[in-house]
Amino acid sequence: MAHAHTETHDPTLYYVPHGTRWPIVGSVALFSLVGGAALWLNGWAGGTVASLVGFVLLLVMLWGWFGDVIRESIRGFYNRQVDVSFRMGMIWFIFSEVMFFGAFFGALFYARALQVPWLGGEGHGALTNEFLWPGFSAVWPTNGPANIGGAFETIPAWGLPLVNTLLLLSSGVTITIAHHALRAGQRGSLLFWLAATILLGLVFLCIQLYEYHHAYTDLGLTLGSGIYGSTFFMLTGFHGLHVLLGMIMLTVIWFRCAKGHFTKENHFGFEAVAWYWHFVDVVWLGLFLFVYVM
Amino acid sequence: MHPTRIRSRLAAAIAALASPVALANPERWQLNLSPGVTASSQAAYEMHMIMLWICVAIGVVVFGAMTYAMIRFRKSKGAVPDTSFTHSTRIEVIWTTIPVLILVAMAWPATTRLLALADTRDYEMTVKITGYQWRWRYEIVDYRGQAQDINFVSSLDLDSNRTRMLGSGLDPRAVQRDGVNTYLLDVDRPLVLPTDTKVRFLITANDVIHAWWVPALGWKQDAIPGFINTAWTDIRKPGIYRGQCAELCGKDHGFMPIVVRAVPRAEFEQWLADNGGTLPPGDLLATTADGPAAASAGSL
Amino acid sequence: MATHSATHDDHDHKPQGFLDRWLFTTNHKDIGTLYLVWSLIMFLVGGAMAMVIRAELFQPGLQLVHPEFFNQMTTMHALVMIFGAVMPAFVGLANWMIPLQIGAPDMALPRMNNWSFWLLPFAFFLLLVTLVLPGGAPQAGWTLYPPLSLQGGYSIAFTIFAIHLMGISSIMGAINIIATILNMRAPGMDLLKMPLFTWTWLITAFLLIAVMPVLAGAVTMLLTDKFFGTSFFNAAGGGDPVLFQHVFWFFGHPEVYIMILPAFGIISEIIPTFSRKPLFGYQAMVYATASIAFLSFIVWAHHMFTVGMPVGAQLYFMYATMLIAVPTGVKVFNWVATMWRGSLTFETPMLFALGFVIMFTIGGFSGLMLAIVPADYQYHDTYFVVAHFHYVLVTGAIFGIMAGVYYWLPKWTGFMYDEKLGKIHFWWSTISVNVLFFPQHFLGLAGMPRRIPDYNVAFAEFNMISSIGGFAFGLAQVFFVYVLWKASRAGVKATDQVWEGAKGLEWTVPSPAPHHTFQRPPVIDDSKLAHGDVTH
Ligand code: HEA
Ligand code: HEA
Ligand code: CUA
Ligand SMILES: [Cu+2]
Repeated sequence: MAHAHTETHDPTLYYVPHGTRWPIVGSVALFSLVGGAALWLNGWAGGTVASLVGFVLLLVMLWGWFGDVIRESIRGFYNRQVDVSFRMGMIWFIFSEVMFFGAFFGALFYARALQVPWLGGEGHGALTNEFLWPGFSAVWPTNGPANIGGAFETIPAWGLPLVNTLLLLSSGVTITIAHHALRAGQRGSLLFWLAATILLGLVFLCIQLYEYHHAYTDLGLTLGSGIYGSTFFMLTGFHGLHVLLGMIMLTVIWFRCAKGHFTKENHFGFEAVAWYWHFVDVVWLGLFLFVYVM
Repeated sequence: MHPTRIRSRLAAAIAALASPVALANPERWQLNLSPGVTASSQAAYEMHMIMLWICVAIGVVVFGAMTYAMIRFRKSKGAVPDTSFTHSTRIEVIWTTIPVLILVAMAWPATTRLLALADTRDYEMTVKITGYQWRWRYEIVDYRGQAQDINFVSSLDLDSNRTRMLGSGLDPRAVQRDGVNTYLLDVDRPLVLPTDTKVRFLITANDVIHAWWVPALGWKQDAIPGFINTAWTDIRKPGIYRGQCAELCGKDHGFMPIVVRAVPRAEFEQWLADNGGTLPPGDLLATTADGPAAASAGSL
Repeated sequence: MATHSATHDDHDHKPQGFLDRWLFTTNHKDIGTLYLVWSLIMFLVGGAMAMVIRAELFQPGLQLVHPEFFNQMTTMHALVMIFGAVMPAFVGLANWMIPLQIGAPDMALPRMNNWSFWLLPFAFFLLLVTLVLPGGAPQAGWTLYPPLSLQGGYSIAFTIFAIHLMGISSIMGAINIIATILNMRAPGMDLLKMPLFTWTWLITAFLLIAVMPVLAGAVTMLLTDKFFGTSFFNAAGGGDPVLFQHVFWFFGHPEVYIMILPAFGIISEIIPTFSRKPLFGYQAMVYATASIAFLSFIVWAHHMFTVGMPVGAQLYFMYATMLIAVPTGVKVFNWVATMWRGSLTFETPMLFALGFVIMFTIGGFSGLMLAIVPADYQYHDTYFVVAHFHYVLVTGAIFGIMAGVYYWLPKWTGFMYDEKLGKIHFWWSTISVNVLFFPQHFLGLAGMPRRIPDYNVAFAEFNMISSIGGFAFGLAQVFFVYVLWKASRAGVKATDQVWEGAKGLEWTVPSPAPHHTFQRPPVIDDSKLAHGDVTH
């Protein structure tokens, strides 16, 4: 989609793009993705195909949409005000993600501070325990009075999770170094440190996958391990997905850096991804503390 | 409807609003909460009336001022806007402070009443109530320190059940007991309780969430699968008190009523002695195919 | 699309083809129109479901539908009204009016704006299609409490994914509105000079971004409990069904303010216009809105007084809830003070605004009564609650939207609507809506639970009255559609200012507003703004 008129776009004015097809493609993509998933969950295997198609379409949409934006940006259509809009968009998007994780953290805190103690007869729950779950005492971790999912062990915090914490923390450092390099105009250093960030993320994910494998095969810890398994895998799983997404974004940014899309002053794409990466980092710190250590 | 009947209905309605008669069951044209037959229901009724009258009073002031403005400041009557009247710290402070004081005046009686309601100590009897889709199980756990083993299920009465079927052609008005319409408010086997006794309830459910509610007793309490909630009552007056499940629990949520028959202690003790064991199943239970649905949460 | 002339300065050039105009659009006015039309359609769909409910409840005994279907109607009615009618209507009004009110050329992120809208039809397809799937639509109420909601069949996954899509749509819409308001104001349009509709939306958008993800989290836990073996809401596994309620209402309570704050904004625009006098206590209005939003995060468990919380928690949630009456009262008093010593006329928007103030306040009073725990033990899950929330939602949110539609319609279409028909619509609606919902207070107090398809004979009279009111109110809305249709095609030409007392940037552009406005930031003349004088 060319924007002929914008060739004469006055950079003192706000850039209002003309029609775009990507949103409707995006809607069809998401529709197909989740509609297919719903069919699949209801036992219709063909749903997975629809889901896959939707997913691919989503990628196409993201590619095309961001491609448009990048092209317009390079051609200098965006002024300072557009830049601020993009920044606000990213900040509030990250805030919404924080609240999404908040729901699961909230569930974890409620479970640990209130519902499990009640089931175990503490505080408010004496009669619940006496009449419904005699013999169950509140300890964390737990898979509940009915031992849902069978016996399990947890992953000790001071082993691989600690390594993972260090990995993510250092990736926060490397991306900052990369940012400094970008601002100093040192392309080589930029690419190196950015690659290092991606690599650290990749190692993190591999360790996480290994840990999951270990949990499932050796420890008996699964998504079905009562409330502990539920909160553990949902929190770490959604975090892992966000790491994956962050890595994909970092990779795209790496190529854009390599192509010289960014200038010392003007590199919002880089910054947005860096913010996102820091957000993923902070969530992990919360996880490490509340899921593994405490 | 015959005019005299309408007139008597209206009279009844007005009487219901004016005098706090203790209605045991819903009445036609009933406009207000019933004060019920327990201290709790009395407390709820009092809080309700306090709130109602305060709100009415505030409403009179606010809507009165609005009406006055609508009449007095019409353009068609030549009103000229006073565009300088746009701000006044003094009035704004006043109309922030006064509501705060009113709220404190509401919160105080509400707090004392709630604290009394929450006090389940010193009970003389314990009844465990379990909600099922779509009936209630009652277990008399203890009475005056003595363990009891009465345990029975209470379901919608057959008459209501027949009538309530889609297109049954039966008239709900015809479902009566002792001259009272009991459509959807009657069960095969009521819960019998002694009057003037502090009864503690342990409330839970076996499948989904239900809520146990008899308006004349003054509260409802959710029945949560896997958890026990407590509540208590102390009924002052013998009688039959009807209620319903008050939490959406599936297709027959509207059809799992509750009936409490409150009798003097002596009579209750006699009833207890006569039934010192698990009662035979109720008539509905015996005749319908679908027993209590164990459903998904059946592992409990 | 590629053939537009070199600049888009003053002349009005809309895209030519239908698809270009509506499907691929990035224009805030067209997207606003899409939202508003969509909302109207959903209002009719949700209203038709309400008619099924009222028809079944017309008299005791089951005459029309099975209880299962009745519960589907209740659930879908609420979901469609909330997510399909009220929220999109407000977003549509925001799209149309916020750029005009703050002197912006468009929304901050126009392409994303398109996506926010075009996710909705797909989301609602997923939701509504469950009606024809085996097992039917969700039937656990709009609150989707487990374990009941997990007993559903095919509908669960569809409903949850539909909610995810609606959430994404709302979040993107809200981000756009925040970025527009914070970043796109014309020079001189200070925050404390902004019109109140813009202000209330700024705060609403914040609420949306804060709570829609929480709803997404809640329904995701439902999904995994149903399909992937987690035990969030299963006591046997150490979970708790009540946990869902906490997470849901952490979303749900702010959600009800999401549905009322923009209406407060609309009313705060209309009453000054037709009183020919600036809004009384402008700054207080802004701070009151912010306080309401803040409080809305810390009161959620007032929906859960009967779940068996410790008494300390009940007391805390009762007190916090009661506090909301204070800033809300400030709003009501300021509206009355705005009318005081004004010069009032009673065109349709003003009528709806006045109806709003009175009937919303009635709904607020019953809300306050519900906040009192010992009394709520009796009210909870009865028709008293149903009466409460329809007063705040129908005579609150919906009346607010209608007031806004009549107020701004001439700016959109360039024609005045037919004043006589508008007044008929108002009186018809106001009388019937009270016949519809006022008796529900009595039903609740007499002991009628909500969400039941059939009831004891004692409840027959008021139910019949309520249903008659319902049908009359429904017909009034069909009439409303006629009034709108008529006004969109012809009528007296509207002037730029439209209303004698109207102030603000939106009244400086032509009627109908051209496709592009404020391409160059307007020079702001404080005396032309409604709140150019910030001391009030
Ligand atoms: C737009 C939507 C909206 C709004 C604005 C409100 C506003 C309020 N609501 Fe309501 N509410 C709902 C929508 C809304 N509600 C819905 C949908 C439900 C049911 C959900 C479900 O279960 O399905 C519900 C349920 C609900 C409950 C749970 C009831 C139950 O299930 O048992 C409670 C309890 O506290 C409550 C309280 C309040 C209060 C205190 C306010 C306050 O904000 C009201 C404040 C306003 C005033 C008080 C009037 C004006 C003030 C003055 C004139 C000042 C002077 C006044 C005094 C000092 C008294 N609401
Ligand atoms: C913004 C939200 C909103 C709106 C606008 C409405 C509007 C209406 N609602 Fe409500 N409602 C809710 C939100 C809303 N509702 C919620 C949240 C619940 C709780 C659900 C739950 O328990 O889970 C609820 C529940 C609810 C119940 C209780 C159901 C139960 O507990 O089982 C009832 C019963 O009377 C009802 C009625 C109505 C009516 C008659 C209207 C009317 O105002 C609708 C008027 C509009 C029309 C009628 C459309 C126009 C007309 C046509 C399309 C043509 C057809 C017309 C005729 C045949 C006359 N609603
Ligand atoms: Cu049991 Cu409703
Ligand atoms: Cu609330």
